[in-house]
Amino acid sequence: MIVALASLLTSILTITLRAGASLIYATIGEIYTERSGILNLGVEGMMLSGAVTGFATAYYTGSVWLGVLAAMMMGALLALIHAFLTVTMRANQVVSGLSITLFGTGLASFLGERLGPASNNYNLVGMVGPRFSPMEIAGLSQVPILGAFFRQDLLTYFLYGLVPLAWFFLYKTRPGLNLRAVGESPQTADAMGVDVTKTRYLYTVFGGLLAGLGGAHLSLAYAPGWSENITGGRGWIVIALVIFAMWNPARAVLGAVLFGGINAVQFRLQAGGTTIPSAYLNMLPYVMTILVLVLMTWWEALSHRIGAPAALGQPYMREEK
Amino acid sequence: MLRMRGITKRFPGVVANDHVDLDLYQGEVLALLGENGAGKSTLMNILVGLYRPDAGEILVRDERVEIHSPRDAAELGVGMVHQNFMLVPTMTVAQNVVLGLADLPLVPKLSEVEERLRVLSARYGLKVDPQAYIWQLSVGEQQRVEILKLIYRGAGVLILDEPTAVLTPQEADELGHMLEVMQVEGKSTIFITHKMNEVVAFSDRVCVLRQGKVVATKQTTGTTPRELARLMVGREVLFRIEKKPATPGDPVLVLRDIHALNDKGLPALRGVSLTVHEGEVLGIAGVAGNGQHELAEIVTGIRPIKQGELWINRRELTDCTPLDAIRSGVSHIPADRMGMGSVGGMAVADNLAMKAYRDPPLGQRGLLNRTRIQDFARVMIEAFQIATPTPQTLVKFLSGGNIQKTILAREIERLETVGQPEAAPSLTSERRQIGRRRSRRHAADDCVGLLVAAYPSRGLDVGATEAVRKRILEQRDAQRAVLLISEDLDELRSVADRIAVLYEGRIMGIVSADAADIETLGLMMAGIDEA
Amino acid sequence: MKLSVSFRKRESVSRRATLLVPLASFAVSLLFGAVLLLLSGANPFVTYAAMFRGAFGSGHGLSEVLVKSIPLMLTGLGVALAFRMRFWNIGAEGQLTLGAVAAAGVALYWSQHLPAWTILPLAILAGCVAGALWAGVPAVLKATLNVDETLTTLMLNYVAVLYSEHLYYVVWRAPGYNSGTERIPEYAWLPRIAGRAHAGIFFGLALALLLWAVFRYTRWGFELKIIGQNPTAARYLGISIARNIVVALLVSGAISGLAGAVEVLGLARRLQQGISVGYGYTAIIIAWMAQLNPIGVVFVAFLMAGLLVGGDQIQMRMRLPASVGVVLQGMLLIPLLAGSLFRDYALDLRKVPDGKGDAPADGRAPADGRAPEDRRAPEGRQASE
Repeated sequence: MIVALASLLTSILTITLRAGASLIYATIGEIYTERSGILNLGVEGMMLSGAVTGFATAYYTGSVWLGVLAAMMMGALLALIHAFLTVTMRANQVVSGLSITLFGTGLASFLGERLGPASNNYNLVGMVGPRFSPMEIAGLSQVPILGAFFRQDLLTYFLYGLVPLAWFFLYKTRPGLNLRAVGESPQTADAMGVDVTKTRYLYTVFGGLLAGLGGAHLSLAYAPGWSENITGGRGWIVIALVIFAMWNPARAVLGAVLFGGINAVQFRLQAGGTTIPSAYLNMLPYVMTILVLVLMTWWEALSHRIGAPAALGQPYMREEK
Repeated sequence: MLRMRGITKRFPGVVANDHVDLDLYQGEVLALLGENGAGKSTLMNILVGLYRPDAGEILVRDERVEIHSPRDAAELGVGMVHQNFMLVPTMTVAQNVVLGLADLPLVPKLSEVEERLRVLSARYGLKVDPQAYIWQLSVGEQQRVEILKLIYRGAGVLILDEPTAVLTPQEADELGHMLEVMQVEGKSTIFITHKMNEVVAFSDRVCVLRQGKVVATKQTTGTTPRELARLMVGREVLFRIEKKPATPGDPVLVLRDIHALNDKGLPALRGVSLTVHEGEVLGIAGVAGNGQHELAEIVTGIRPIKQGELWINRRELTDCTPLDAIRSGVSHIPADRMGMGSVGGMAVADNLAMKAYRDPPLGQRGLLNRTRIQDFARVMIEAFQIATPTPQTLVKFLSGGNIQKTILAREIERLETVGQPEAAPSLTSERRQIGRRRSRRHAADDCVGLLVAAYPSRGLDVGATEAVRKRILEQRDAQRAVLLISEDLDELRSVADRIAVLYEGRIMGIVSADAADIETLGLMMAGIDEA
Repeated sequence: MKLSVSFRKRESVSRRATLLVPLASFAVSLLFGAVLLLLSGANPFVTYAAMFRGAFGSGHGLSEVLVKSIPLMLTGLGVALAFRMRFWNIGAEGQLTLGAVAAAGVALYWSQHLPAWTILPLAILAGCVAGALWAGVPAVLKATLNVDETLTTLMLNYVAVLYSEHLYYVVWRAPGYNSGTERIPEYAWLPRIAGRAHAGIFFGLALALLLWAVFRYTRWGFELKIIGQNPTAARYLGISIARNIVVALLVSGAISGLAGAVEVLGLARRLQQGISVGYGYTAIIIAWMAQLNPIGVVFVAFLMAGLLVGGDQIQMRMRLPASVGVVLQGMLLIPLLAGSLFRDYALDLRKVPDGKGDAPADGRAPADGRAPEDRRAPEGRQASE
């Protein structure tokens, strides 16, 4: 009985981590971007473009690593456009991010219909390519429940190092201090000799790199393969997760686990044959996102402790009297 | 040790600095005196690398230098404490001090920084806790952090921009001590000010700027405040405005034991009681941050009252909305003219109509009469001398003084329509041509207009300031009530009839303007109650 | 001799820039699109020509453009209204979908209880109400709890689409079909006027004029403008922000819901897959390109419809993926956003002697026209170098 429960929990946790990995990557990326004061709503477009580029590259070169690299480059490229528009051209950050998503989504569809092999009418959908298979770590993977952590693919294992590193960098190092200052008070950072423009560009592109990487995880590990709605709106959920994590990379894991968990529960229920219509189950993540947002906003109003970077979303210019 | 020679800086339409020469010797305190717009801040911004001069050169120890950025200035040992502090609220003092330091290790050891800060803090008499978060500190303490920051980073020349604007008279004295320590340490200080008494109290020499040019550089001991004022303004400054004696009537605004919270949820007003009568100006003095903003906001309905009673024109309005206040005859010139008092992206005409659009003649039954709005705007622009290319120009293109005039025009127009329009001066006849104002929901005939003016002449030049004060007195002579919040004690003493001092959310005392002297007011502003 | 590039803050609104910038940015996106086409092995000139001919070169094409422009126009108007208040309503897609659902529901299932002539108006009304409610929820959340509307409206899109899919795949599925409901009874049809273009176009044009008039001549429009530009000032002026946000969003959602309703009642005449192909998202591009001006929305919607129809045509003729149109559309905003800088700043090109060409102290553009905080209106500043 206990064994069955443990086994159930383990399997749920395994799926949760697999489903959440892409979320964690993108969330950490977005946390860094927002910490510099730039709101990037283009994550969805970056993940999609990254996914298709990564998959296509891996498919033709046979190397998953080249695929990952390509995906990251794609994400970074889109992020560079966003950075250019928002930092240099002082455009409205919300609209810029939305346009990147629209463009990235369209581009991803286009590439998906164009980069495939001729045999499949140039379509990538349905193609099978190289992937990151789950790599069990002998011994540890047999541990009940926690063994789930050791039944993941290589990209997910990287996260075990990335998350603590991301936390340490942000809070304990000099560049992390500078970054936080830029997001809280760019005038101050500028006056103290920190290059605000360079910082914002750097971390926006970094966010794009990780978003692309998250996309690559989807098409090279999780799904795998390419389909048009492979992200299922994850890129948007990432934005909410950043708020949920209170802009702290360590807490990003919590949110990803939560949403990965919902995915896992959905699977379980459907596999187990439930009477709840699948549509309602599929709605869960989105409804949850709204609830999370309401909760976090309400808590912030009560305690003022959430700590969004104070200058988030506002263009910066050197003050002139 | 430092020389600025022939510095010229032009902006479109104005020459901010015109061949300015400035010398600074080691270990001295130099005051840079001038009105708003005289070019003091521009000059100093050039010195710290925020602006580039169009002509001229800077020499440090007789060597020509180019200062292209704050970093360059910092390397030369020149640092500035701005009026708006450059601090990150969510970080500690130590973190703020080392932010952006090039030679900081990758993983900095803050404990060492904190220790060094304690040493410096003791030496210069700038008491502050290195581990405290900036948002926890008072404004005076934050200023100390700013100064410590510069000292820590090895500044040899300190520039202070209007340092006592946010300090009580006692804190200002402490600043004076600090300046003395600076001198002993061999550091030079320049401070920008427009207050004569500071120049006298703190500086060794004073340089007076007017309209971008240096008009005089003197030893402080060799001159008087009157002479400095004359040099600064170019004409004999009337320290007192002609004022008719007040004939206060019925109370218009009554506050009884008001308690209110500020934006952070902390008490901002703790039991404030006061009355403003028709035909009088009640001034509110006090260092910024002691509840003045909150006071203006509760009277105008923008901020909720936690406890106590608010009566306007004999109607209880404790739980009122801004619209209720407006309807009860309250006009408000807010402290933040761009952020609250005007909408930059809309036309001057629209801004002028923003309180009158609900009622005839400008609006009726939910519709706006554009023609009448235009006419209305033209009348106001003329009457208040608002300098704008057209009534359709967007407000954001106007200068600060003209924006304030726009707000002034709108608010005073409102006052004139409350109660008995017949008694109002100049405007009414023109407005009669536009259309008689009649509104069922407007203030009743027995209402008297109340003007709440918060820092109305802040940032304005002498001409505009005089105009503003004249208008306020006009309203008071028309038997309306005025609540004037100001940080300028001279303004309060010349315009107000009675002055109340606000300290930490309490009224320390109310004195008649004739009887008030700087020392008494200063003590009250610092929280010391002599009574 | 060096060329110095600097930005100068404008001292007044430049008519020229306001018109030139959208046009120039459209040209730039066409250029980028051409690059993309080249890279995918197609000749840009041929492609663009084919797109143009396909959309505007025939009666059939034109009527298809009209067809597509109806939902684009309506959702564009709805989104523009919301955006004017700086309320980022990205939920037009969901509002449209639910509008379609409600209209279809009424048309299919209420005819048993009510006289036939009432069904069409009721269905339209139901569509508006559904859209309004779907926008109302995020609006209330924002007005009362200050919950960010970007994500709430967006998440509701997914919920709405999933729900509608559930309806036409499962609950309302007509027997014998793989997906989709029964045909709507004829008395509930919105009449067609040219080819497949239906009477919904009149709704679109009328609403555009109405909204334009509202913004210019009504108190409500005035207040909305103030709220969008400066909420603090709105509060100070006694304008009720919460109430206005909710009302404006209800209207915005209703307009998008109307778009869905007329699509169902005039075009598809059943509820099925493809009732919306991202119109709600395209609406954002349209609204922004039209600079939130209702009359502008009409023109831009038409243009966008041309782009989409052209894209469909070349898919059939040239074996290019249909998503070419979508990619081009996605590209449109980027140059426009880049160009918006030129509305507030003018480009200054000067020749300067060498030696003064060092890295400038304050680099690029000086004090802006956007952030409200501690901006005192400058008399126009010039960055040196």
